Parts: sequence; C-alpha cells; structure tokens
Amino acid sequence: MTRWTPDPTFYPSPREAATAPAEKLAYVAAFDRTASRPDAIVVLDTDPDSPDYGRVVGWTDLPHLGDELHHFGWNACSSALCPTAPHPHVERRYLIVPGLRSSRIHVVDTQPDPRQPQVVKVIGPEELAERAGYSRPHTVHCGPDGIYLSALGGADGAEGPGGIAILDHTTFEVRGAWEADRGPQFLAYDVWWHLTQDVLVTSEWGTPSMIEDGIIGELLLGRRYGHAIHFWDLAKRRHVQRVDLGDAYQMPLELRPAHDPTKSYGFVGVVISVEDLSASIWLWHRDGDAWAVTKVIDIPAEPADPANLPDLLKPFGAVPPLVTDIDLSVDDRFLYVSCWGTGELRQYDVSDPMRPVQTGSVHLGGIVRRTAHPAAPDEALAGGPQMVEVSRDGKRVYVSNSLYGAWDDQFYPDGVGAWLAKLDVDVDAGGLTPDERFFPHGDEFRGLRVHQTRLQGGDASSDSYCFP
Amino acid sequence: MTVTTWATLAALGAFHGLNPAMGWLFAVARGLQERSRAVLLRSLLPIAAGHLASVGIVAALVTATRSVTASTTLAVVGGVLLVAFGLWRLLSQRHFRWAGMRLSAAQLAGWSFLMSSAHGAGLMLLPVLVTEPVPGGHPGHLSAAPVGALAGLAAAGVHTVAMLGTALVIAMLVYQVLGVGVLRRAWFNVDRLWAGVLVTAGLVTLIRA
Repeated sequence: MTRWTPDPTFYPSPREAATAPAEKLAYVAAFDRTASRPDAIVVLDTDPDSPDYGRVVGWTDLPHLGDELHHFGWNACSSALCPTAPHPHVERRYLIVPGLRSSRIHVVDTQPDPRQPQVVKVIGPEELAERAGYSRPHTVHCGPDGIYLSALGGADGAEGPGGIAILDHTTFEVRGAWEADRGPQFLAYDVWWHLTQDVLVTSEWGTPSMIEDGIIGELLLGRRYGHAIHFWDLAKRRHVQRVDLGDAYQMPLELRPAHDPTKSYGFVGVVISVEDLSASIWLWHRDGDAWAVTKVIDIPAEPADPANLPDLLKPFGAVPPLVTDIDLSVDDRFLYVSCWGTGELRQYDVSDPMRPVQTGSVHLGGIVRRTAHPAAPDEALAGGPQMVEVSRDGKRVYVSNSLYGAWDDQFYPDGVGAWLAKLDVDVDAGGLTPDERFFPHGDEFRGLRVHQTRLQGGDASSDSYCFP
Repeated sequence: MTVTTWATLAALGAFHGLNPAMGWLFAVARGLQERSRAVLLRSLLPIAAGHLASVGIVAALVTATRSVTASTTLAVVGGVLLVAFGLWRLLSQRHFRWAGMRLSAAQLAGWSFLMSSAHGAGLMLLPVLVTEPVPGGHPGHLSAAPVGALAGLAAAGVHTVAMLGTALVIAMLVYQVLGVGVLRRAWFNVDRLWAGVLVTAGLVTLIRA
C-alpha cells in the first residue's frame, strides 16, 4: 500500500540528504565461499547508544546455496521524487539482492521488523535469461522508471554481452534488457547515471569465465580485461560513446558520478595498471560535445619481499594497491578509495575534482602489512578495506574486507577472514579514525565472508537526486 | 454554461495544477537544473498545452456526443467508465513510467499530454459536462455535434487556464521561496485523492442520470 506522504528517507537534493539522521542499522551481504551453507543478509547495529552497537543483531539466511552475494540495493530511493515519473509514496523497504554466481535475484523485505528481514521473492536465473538475456546480476540502482540491474554475462552459458536488465518497481519481475542499441559494448560491470542529463555510464570487468575461477594472469598481462567506460543516452537507451582508458589500465570498476545533478563529472577506479601494478582514479567530464577521462589519482605499488607474497604476485616483488571500490560522499566533497592489496583506505578532498588532495588514510589488513584493528591489536588482519560505504551526512565510513570469493583466495591464500570496520570522519579538516567500539569480525559472521554494506534509509551510493 | 459550471471547471483546473505530477515540479526541476527562472516559466506553457490537448479531446468528445445522443445513455456510460477508471487508479500500484528529462518544448507537451491522459484528467470533467444543458437546445441532430464539441473545447480551455495559473503560482513559490525541501512534508498523496475524486464523480454522474 502506498503512503500518504513521501517516504521520509527520500530527499529531493543531495544537500537535503546530507542532513539525514544517522543510520541505526546496516545491512551486509555475506556469502559462504564453500557454498555449503546459505549466504545471508546480516544486520548490524550502528546506533552508538545501543547496547548491541557494532554487533550482529539480525541474520537472514537465503533459501539456496552458492549464490555468492556481492552488491545489492533498494527497491526505491530519492529518485522517486524525480518529476517526470514521480512515485514518492512508495516505501524504501525491499532490498534487491542478486546472487552474482547463481544469477538468482532475491527480494528481501525489511519490514515489519528491520532487524529481521524476510525473503519474500526469489527470481530464478531462467527469468533473467529468458526476459533479458543476461546472467551474473550485479549492481542495483533505483531508477525513475524501474530498477536497473547490471549483469556481467549473457544467457544460456553465453559469455556476453553483459548489460542492464530492468525490473518492475512493484512486482520486481524482469521486464527486459535495457539497451536499444549497445554499440561496441560487450563487457559490463557497474552502472550509474547523470539522471537529469539523460546520461547513463557503464564500466567493464570481464566475462564470467574471466572471473569466476579467479583472475587469469595471462588475460591480465594480455590486457584482455575491461579498460573502457561507456556513455549512453538514458532516454533513448542508446550507446553514445566508448571512452578507452588505454589497455594498460585494466578493470575500471566502480562508477561514482557527482550527486549534484547540475554537475557533469564522476570518478571511476581502475584496479591495476599492467605496466607498474599501480592503481588509479580517473575523472570523467565533458569535453565539448563529447565525454573525456583524465587520470587524477595514481597510487603506486609497494615493493615487497617475494617470500611474503602469494604465488600470483611473487614474480613481481611488489604489492599492487588494487583499488577495488571507491565512494563519493553525498556532498561530493570527499572521495574514499579502497586499496585492498596494500590494506589502506584513503580519503581525498575532491572539491576541485580535477585536483584531488589526500586528506586521510587508515591502514587495516593488507597482503603484506596485515595491520591490526585498534580494537583487537593482537590480531593480524587479512583482506583489506574493500567495499566502502559512506553515511549520508558524511560522518561515518564503513568498510568490509572481501573482494570476490575466487579472488580472495588468490590474494589472501591463507584465508581472508571476515571483518567490518567503521571509521569516523573529521568532516571539517578531513581525516579518518577507526571506531574502537565498532569492529564485528571473525566468528560473529559465522564463517561467511562480508561484501557490500547498505545503510538503513540510504547511503552515499544508493540514491540519485533530480534537484540541486 | 452557468457560472457554477465555469467555476467548477476552474476549480478542477486548480486541482490538476496543484498536482506535482501534472507538471509544475518538472518546470521547477528544469529551472533549477539550468539555474534559470526563465526556463521554469518557458516550461509551463508546453506543459499546459499538453494538458489542454488531453482534457480537450475528452471534453469535445463528451459534449459532441451529448449533442446527438440521449444524455442518460452518455451519463450512465460515462459514470461507469469514471468509477472503473477511478477504482483502477486507486488499486493499481503502477505508476507512470518515463525516463529522460532533457525534453524539447514539443516533447514536453507530449509528456504532459501522456501524463494527464494516464491520470484521467479529462475524465474528471465528465460529470460537469454531462449535466450541462445541450447548446442550441436541439439534441438528437448530428449537425449539433460541432457546436457541442466547441463547447467542450471552451470548457477545456477554462480548465487549463486555471490549471496553468495554479501551477505557475506553486512553481514560483517553490522555486523562489520554499525550496524543494518542502516536497518531503507537503507532497500529499494526490494520486489517491485523485482516484477518490474520479470514483465520486462517476457515482454522482450515475445517480443524476
């Protein structure tokens, strides 16, 4: 049933959203690498006044095995206020939770008890395949006319093309493939947009066979993973422009457009350069009538004793930073960059997006460093800051430590473990400090690995705004 | 038409103008996006034109039909249609789907036409139009149809002027004074109210028939 007034978590503008109250709960995708137990949506208490602060307070098992949860998103968000197809009286209530390996899509109801979400619908891989021609669903975004779901693979065993499926806002049925004309696009990964400018952006990872059994060294050195981003006409569903970063820049993954709808830029993180193992952040921006990219951040690899490196990296004698996730605060001021290889979360002031200034850094884990969390200083940590989520007010940052099952095993062969940390942000001067009271880890996650976090009511990567 | 009829048509116009989905909010968004009040103002005219087309077609059809058929038949058919459409609007969870915000004036008029039609804006005028005395006083002649249609268009015109006026006032108020933050508190679920008005209007038409 619809509401009489708009869902209070919908904000017309990013400026208003930044005044939102602090989240009381966080939802975390957790998966069992062995596929012998169900994956789960885990609920964390993020209310500092609660006795259970920083602990797991809810756990919802999924009905099947081997889904490999990864990213997920809300059924509705602030884009419901967009004026061309407004539907502000729906509720932000359901989490759309794709299984990246199983291609199953779960609909999880966070009401009536937000601490005990319920699986209310499961869309089988066959529906996604038959109606949209896709598999390996990944990024979820609540759009003005439906739910946009990116997918890495094609249907019926086809490697690709990957693309975007549209789900119905109400029934969650797969309505079909989004693209009317995909041009040269074949690889897929992330999707986001400049909603008021009719611009959609997609990035590239690899096809299912290129990722599911681990990163393939020959393909990487052969520069065969994705290295371009694509711009589309959001209204006409047509490919407009492919912008190549250069084939040395392998795997441009997460796309973070400015939240301010009048701005025409965004950031994309590149996992690795095959020339020097560095990672980089690129800015996309308009250049006349076309789109262009400019590299604005370079993060070099760190030399290391091969004895301390996993087999994959021994020949190189260095730890690549592996920028696997980035996140932009709602006010577009701070960009957070996960260096999963070196075990570091960096904060950059991107008020001038062309000239980012590093303002903060926290080390946790890392392939060689294994930096412990101050709450458990004797425990060497595996994994590193990976999925990063920022609260709407920009004051809190959450990081989890797993990348992707098969890749975790390659880079952290002695076990990646499971931990999730919260960092407090100095929003005036910049800077990050780990919260010693918030460090769920180890047995709290019952042997599962943790991936994306979504904050109750929305976060910096969940909502799009149609008003400045 | 009587003063009451014109007033009712204008009041319904104001009700439509008030609905953010009918276009003033889109005009505000376009103004904010370009940081230009002129863009806001320029957007309202095609929006009104699209609304006029949507309402005008229904109004002209109704009044022309009234000129040639027994008013009871029209009232019963129209009333049933209204109740059915209103109930569908009330019970259906589907919302108008549209992606794309950079529209030319013609596309904007087209958007407004579709949005108004999907909401049954023209249908809402039906009870007013079917209770009006037939212009010319000679129902049953096919030759009366064009005159009837003209009366319908006049009704749609008055309605749309009221709609545009209301939309203009609210759009300027939100753009200049209140800011879009007001949407969070004040965006009452007009759609549900709207559906209720449609059902009520249909019932009134049926009772009077």
